[in-house]
Amino acid sequence: MTGSETAVPWLTILALLPVVGAVVVLLVPKGSALPKLVALGFSVVALVVTVAMAVQFDADGGFQFVEQYNWIESFGAHYAVGLDGLGLVLVLLTAILTPVVILASWHDADGGRWSANSFFGWILALEALSIGVFAATDVFLFYVLFEATLIPIYFLIGGFGGPQRSYAAVKFLLYSLFGGLLMLASVVGLYVVSAGNEGGSSYLLEDLMATDIGTSTGRWLFLGFFIAFAVKAPMWPVHTWLPDAASEATSGTSVLLVSVLDKIGTFGMMRFCLNIFPEASRWATPVVITLAVISVIYGALLAIGQQDMRRLIAYTSVSHFGFIVLGIFAMTSQGQSGAALYMFNHGLSTAALFLVTGFLISRRGSKMIDDYGGVEKVAPVLAGTFLLAGLSSLSLPGLSPFVSEFLVLAGTFTVSIPAAVIATLGTVLAALYILYMYQRTMTGPVRPSTAKLPDLRAREVVALAPLLLLIVVLGFFPKPALDALNPTVDRLLQQVGMEDPQPTVASEEGGS
Amino acid sequence: MTAHTSTLASRLAAEAFNKPDIDYGKLSPLLIVFGVALVGVLVEAFAPRDRRYVIQTAVSIVGLAAALAAVVVVGLNVQSNHGGASLGSVEAMGAIAVDGPSLFIWGTVLIFSLMSVLLFAERQLEGGITAFAGQAAALPGTEAEREASSRGIEHTEVFPLMLFAIGGMMLFASANDLLTMFVALEVLSLPLYLLCGLARRRRLISQEAALKYFLLGAFSSAFFLYGIALVYGYAGSFRLGDIDTAVSSTVGGNGLLLAGMALMAVGLLFKVSAAPFHAWTPDVYQGAPTAVTAFMAACTKVAAFGALLRVFYVALGGVRWDWQPMMWVIAALTMAIGSIVAITQTDIKRMLAYSSVAHAGFLITGFVGAQQGIEVAGQQISSLQAVMFYLVAYGFTTIGAFAVVTVVRDAGGETTHLSRWAGLGKEAPVVAGVFAFFLLAFAGIPLTSGFTGKWAVFTSAWAGGAWPLVVVAVLMSVVAAFFYVRVIVVMFFSDPVGDGPTVAVPSILTTITITVGAAMTLLLGVVPQPVFDLARAAGEFIR
Repeated sequence: MTGSETAVPWLTILALLPVVGAVVVLLVPKGSALPKLVALGFSVVALVVTVAMAVQFDADGGFQFVEQYNWIESFGAHYAVGLDGLGLVLVLLTAILTPVVILASWHDADGGRWSANSFFGWILALEALSIGVFAATDVFLFYVLFEATLIPIYFLIGGFGGPQRSYAAVKFLLYSLFGGLLMLASVVGLYVVSAGNEGGSSYLLEDLMATDIGTSTGRWLFLGFFIAFAVKAPMWPVHTWLPDAASEATSGTSVLLVSVLDKIGTFGMMRFCLNIFPEASRWATPVVITLAVISVIYGALLAIGQQDMRRLIAYTSVSHFGFIVLGIFAMTSQGQSGAALYMFNHGLSTAALFLVTGFLISRRGSKMIDDYGGVEKVAPVLAGTFLLAGLSSLSLPGLSPFVSEFLVLAGTFTVSIPAAVIATLGTVLAALYILYMYQRTMTGPVRPSTAKLPDLRAREVVALAPLLLLIVVLGFFPKPALDALNPTVDRLLQQVGMEDPQPTVASEEGGS
Repeated sequence: MTAHTSTLASRLAAEAFNKPDIDYGKLSPLLIVFGVALVGVLVEAFAPRDRRYVIQTAVSIVGLAAALAAVVVVGLNVQSNHGGASLGSVEAMGAIAVDGPSLFIWGTVLIFSLMSVLLFAERQLEGGITAFAGQAAALPGTEAEREASSRGIEHTEVFPLMLFAIGGMMLFASANDLLTMFVALEVLSLPLYLLCGLARRRRLISQEAALKYFLLGAFSSAFFLYGIALVYGYAGSFRLGDIDTAVSSTVGGNGLLLAGMALMAVGLLFKVSAAPFHAWTPDVYQGAPTAVTAFMAACTKVAAFGALLRVFYVALGGVRWDWQPMMWVIAALTMAIGSIVAITQTDIKRMLAYSSVAHAGFLITGFVGAQQGIEVAGQQISSLQAVMFYLVAYGFTTIGAFAVVTVVRDAGGETTHLSRWAGLGKEAPVVAGVFAFFLLAFAGIPLTSGFTGKWAVFTSAWAGGAWPLVVVAVLMSVVAAFFYVRVIVVMFFSDPVGDGPTVAVPSILTTITITVGAAMTLLLGVVPQPVFDLARAAGEFIR
């Protein structure tokens, strides 16, 4: 791991900004717009800092903004943070989505059992922890923050949302804890394994990458990590918490859950599974690819059958996470670049889709598709943004998810044609579930119940605009994101010991 | 020949007239606690009734603080043996080991006792009177009881009783021979049996708890004593070091040893409430006055684990291959029973009791690893350090959690039924938030002391080759998390039934205990290194 220390601890500052914001939000008086404005202010400042860091970022410079201090010497744990291309992209995603969610959820916490202060306070706490998770380069620190993210999201789901929210929150928490504690066993195992190293046990990623872990031990430890990340991502068959959580939570919470937190799963696979357990990762590839393909098809099929719009989007995410995992474990540079980019793009498109359906649901008070019809005639702007968000979710060429999905499929095709072909079916099904939902809600005759739906307000448009803008821009010009991600992916493949297969047709021509 | 006889005679003569060599300075923490307990008895005898409360509280707090200071002084002047492998020395003619782990456990017990004394002395919650029965001799529901109650009589004997128990605990964890250990066990147990039966409210259930605890405790003491007898038969000595020598040098014929070991284990595992000897725990924890429960849950566990580790590491370390399989089973069973049965509990105190059983299982998991300081390299932690850290972490959280239980009340006193806690988060967000934090610590969520403690014992177990036990522990942690989270759900996400709970405003005493408990739970979760350093400095048991 190459990297350079920075004089100013930018990452610590970035992670602490939302924490300070959360404390301030809790202290300001309740029942006014003040807590919301404070929360928005802090999240925007955090976004500005992140963008400033992204501008300074040198794509080929390895880990940057590195800070490293001893934390718990007996455990070999460090406070070690740093960003490579993958970490930067995901921190950026977190920093973009938080102000968007705060703006979009302006009234979602009003009049509930709990004050709006706590809602926005938890959101900021979640932002801080997420940034920490994506920046951590010490496995122990990562684990601590990974588990700690459960607390804010648990209270966000359980405290604000639909009638079944308490059940959904507990289900979410128990699934996550199950995965997380299995990972704890593996984390403990890593300590014991690395005890033989010169200098004793260490949880630093670079030390662990250099540690020689025995084959069977490595495979067991890999499983602990992988199951935790698969629950988080979520992959079939451990996905069932997601539809419940997304259906009961407010749309803002769902965005943070699916677009940011679930990325920790796929991020963790790339950052930790592949780097620390290269041999076990190669060993597990066939099974993981099979599970990923099942997730793609299963998620898409269930999405088609949903009545509840939020559940539908949740199932589309299961399908999309299948693509991401497929790209990661294809172990080709195209596949992994595509998967990394997909994490960012999926974050944007799913956020847009959750928010716009959230606006729709808040107008009519129902999540059920059958309660709507002909909305495009009474609320054309809403219908238009709904269509754009939906099209990005089905990877229409010209919108950013297309680029990443294409890269994933191209990368998979070179290693496994059956997997690529079956996964491609997922894109066809995607068109079906999105357009079918659009058709049933937006087109057709205007229902009496939807006849007086107001169109999007200025605040809602402002919240959605940056997402849609990014989706279009990155659809046509994905180069900046890919430039940041490619060096990370190349280093990763080197660590795993995989090379891109040579195109067979070209080599045959060259030989004859 | 004659010369030989004469030297023998002179040696015998010299021994017969040798007065016991006791270093009072090194034993001062013990002596202070027992001395203050005796002062407490005198106060009961001579001080006027209306002043006893103030005097007893002051004497107990000052005495415990003085003992704590003495521990620090002894600790600073302690000698180092075998190039730092162990600290301290064996005192009182081989009866008491004043070594690093003893001092660590003494300090821990004394700090937890200070927190418990504050709970014992709380009077604001019951309207200006302590939570203990006015007159224990008066039968529940009789005229005598009503009279004692209306006259506002208080049992201030609880303070000297508690001090005797504390002294017993300290002696228990530092006893270097089995007979001293047995005496200490009785000294710590008898006051606890009494204290359990002294609740002011719900006296029948309290007395039932005391009787159950006494009967089962008496059985377990008998097992322990029989075990000691058998081990003496094998080794010919009560000294832990001599038993170790006998264990390592004798070959074959160890039926006596195995039987003795098993019986002693029963006695010790009863005290730490490990399954299948845990049956008393829920009843006693529920029936005893909550302040006593907090005291028992934290301090007894610390002392009993101190004694368990000392016996099994020092005296029986040479036959660890014989006891490790048994402890594997005990650990797995304890974690499973504690976690699974807790799910069905509807009473907060019973639930915390089963949680205490589950935590005993996690502690035994760390103990089974049996990684000694000499065997581990560099900064790696030994099993003893892991268990001692876990005890510190668990104690602060437990006392804090039970202290919160004392302030959630309705007209009938404390409301411990889970359904009565519904909506507490709305009623008293701070108290509910603090309790939720304690529950998250019990569940082992990161950034709490529960997580660092779990990590430490799991590492110890894994390093000792017990990784399947770690997997069981991890799975049971998920089960345990379910019932901790259920309480959080009830407090924050359920609507109150009827009037809902009220949170009485406690005096500064209980507030201090809760604050210290919460602060230490957070601190040990974020910066645990100082306590690990202290545990490392304590070294291993002296032999």
